[in-house]
Amino acid sequence: MLEALILLPLVAGVLMLAVGNAAFCRALLPLTGAGHVSLSLATVAAVARGEHPAALGGLMAPDALGGLFLILASLLFFAASIYAVGYLREEEAIEVRTCIHDGRPFTNSPERRFTACLCFFLAAMSLVTTTPHLGALWVGIEATTLSSAPLIYFHRHRRSLEATWKYLIICSVGIALALLGNILLSVAFYAPGSGAESPVLADDIDSLGWFVAHAGDAAPPWLKAAFIFLLVGYGTKMGLAPLHNWLPDAHSQAPSLVSALLSGALLNCALLGILRGHQILLAAGLGGFSGGLLVFFGILSLLTAAIFIVGQGHYKRLLAYSSVEHMGILSLGIGLGGIAVEGALLHSVCHSLTKCLLFLLSGNILARYHTYSSYDVRGLRWTMPATGALWTAGFLAVAGSPPFGIFVSELIILKGMLADGAWLVAGIYLAALAVIFVGMSVAVLRMVQGARPLDMSARPRSRREPLWSVVPPLALAVAVLGLGLWVPAWLWHFLEMGGRLIGGQ
Amino acid sequence: MIPLISLNSLFSTMLFLLLLNNLLLLGAPGLRALIRLTAFQGILLGVLLFGMEHALLACAVLGIKGLLLPGLLERTRRRLGAADEPRPRMHLGVCVVTGILGLVFSLWLETRLPILPDLFPPLLLPTALTTLFCGLILVVGRATAISQVIGYLVAENGIFLLGMPLMAAGAIWFELALLLDIFVAVFVMGNAIGHIGETFDSLDTGRFRSLRD
Repeated sequence: MLEALILLPLVAGVLMLAVGNAAFCRALLPLTGAGHVSLSLATVAAVARGEHPAALGGLMAPDALGGLFLILASLLFFAASIYAVGYLREEEAIEVRTCIHDGRPFTNSPERRFTACLCFFLAAMSLVTTTPHLGALWVGIEATTLSSAPLIYFHRHRRSLEATWKYLIICSVGIALALLGNILLSVAFYAPGSGAESPVLADDIDSLGWFVAHAGDAAPPWLKAAFIFLLVGYGTKMGLAPLHNWLPDAHSQAPSLVSALLSGALLNCALLGILRGHQILLAAGLGGFSGGLLVFFGILSLLTAAIFIVGQGHYKRLLAYSSVEHMGILSLGIGLGGIAVEGALLHSVCHSLTKCLLFLLSGNILARYHTYSSYDVRGLRWTMPATGALWTAGFLAVAGSPPFGIFVSELIILKGMLADGAWLVAGIYLAALAVIFVGMSVAVLRMVQGARPLDMSARPRSRREPLWSVVPPLALAVAVLGLGLWVPAWLWHFLEMGGRLIGGQ
Repeated sequence: MIPLISLNSLFSTMLFLLLLNNLLLLGAPGLRALIRLTAFQGILLGVLLFGMEHALLACAVLGIKGLLLPGLLERTRRRLGAADEPRPRMHLGVCVVTGILGLVFSLWLETRLPILPDLFPPLLLPTALTTLFCGLILVVGRATAISQVIGYLVAENGIFLLGMPLMAAGAIWFELALLLDIFVAVFVMGNAIGHIGETFDSLDTGRFRSLRD
């Protein structure tokens, strides 16, 4: 059954390419999403019960950490697939498409290619989150880049092409460096043996369990070098500053539902690559080294995000920099260890849901206002009441206001810092969060408040917001609100299971 | 069983040719020369693998890195009528000198790291690292999209070379999956280059200036 997590989206994607009919693709997309959610839930439930599901000769054997990111990717894909049905229908109805920035006409890439790549993207993320094999994880992450690049270039205009090229080159080179990290990891474990008797010959070499079990025998200098390359390589894909350059471009130019998946699901997958390295270093007694680096890059990302969020006029880039901020918080929490790790894992759940919600809403706003500028979007509460209300709620959630889930997770991480005596880190963390809150609130409230634009005032409220554009964000908003009010015991238990793998309590 | 590489003359010659090839890549002004040198590098890697008794993988490397990928890039180049690098971001001389500095650094690093003589034969680590550096220099220093892809390929060749002694016969699927990934990556990049050529009337990535804060 576990194999179906990869096979289902893979077969669906191939079918979409083969059949090509738009109605067929649009129907199959949410069905694939629903099927994948069911499979993911069953897998995660089995892991939570303490079982060890495995398939493909051990190539797929999810643990709690991978399971958490698997279910997030699956849920977000399902939400995005429902949104996609309406989005693609509206896109088809547009007769002449012109670039918002330069007014040049452009076309969309074929719809079947778009929907198929979405499915391939899900298959690649499923491999990443379920494999304990570090080589397969690398192949999976590279596959996510290749399957998502055509998604970013769905609207074929200059800017999306520029963003796609940057994404392809920067992430491919970054991931190549992560491959070097994998190789150095193998070299580190070669040290204890000599010649043909070396454990490097073991059949399960590259398997995470093997590395963790034998971590005490590894050569520390090579192990540290390996982690640095894994951090730089996967950190590029995760959007950790200063390796985040591709992220605002790709997130702002991709269709909003793709941005939602990139930010909410893909960044977690890249984080998982780093966490696997952290797991090995913790087992080798080098958790202080890897944790220190994670804290350093976490703070750097937070500060970078704070600088670019203040005064940011492009609301999709604003959300992209917010992702850099939250990846920084995740990195920070995990690097600190202890209770902050569980806080960080809860944060990853809340961030994924919230960011998917916000990016989907940004698509609604873009479709109505035809501008990326937060200065030109006014009166959302009049023109799009549901989107406006959810946009405000999403902002409050992502900025860490109570009673939303991110408030709770950020508080737990802060508690972890204080328990650890990291006063300076806590001070920088709080200051950066305050600056980001103010920076985001200026832009978001400007968009929601104010009089509706003149050209929209005359319009009757005939253009109601369609259900497909509101229901998925609403469901996500309810979930992230719920997590702020009450974290279910089973979820906390699962987060603890995942946290224990990476230095949690 | 790890095939232990004896320091024979063929092996040393291959590594020397790889180093030379890297420096020529950095100094090559035309795209056609760059593509040919990349193909030659793929062939050298394939021959090295033959020497290590990885026949299947050697055939795959020869086919993909030596023929298929350079062929794909050459076809794209011809279709777009691109001949030369318009204006490299780094002067070619500077690129070559940086590459030589990379080689010197790699040789120095070899003396500093706890090297395992039965794992890495002499010169393999410096050659692999220099190849990686040269790839990164090409990505950063060249302006056309095709030469950036070549830089990516060269960097990946360096990493591949470093991993060669660790290639166990049982885990051959991983190397094949890796090759497939690289192939698809270059295929997707090739497609993107086609669109860049048509949309911008040039392969110069220096024209990418729209997306900034």
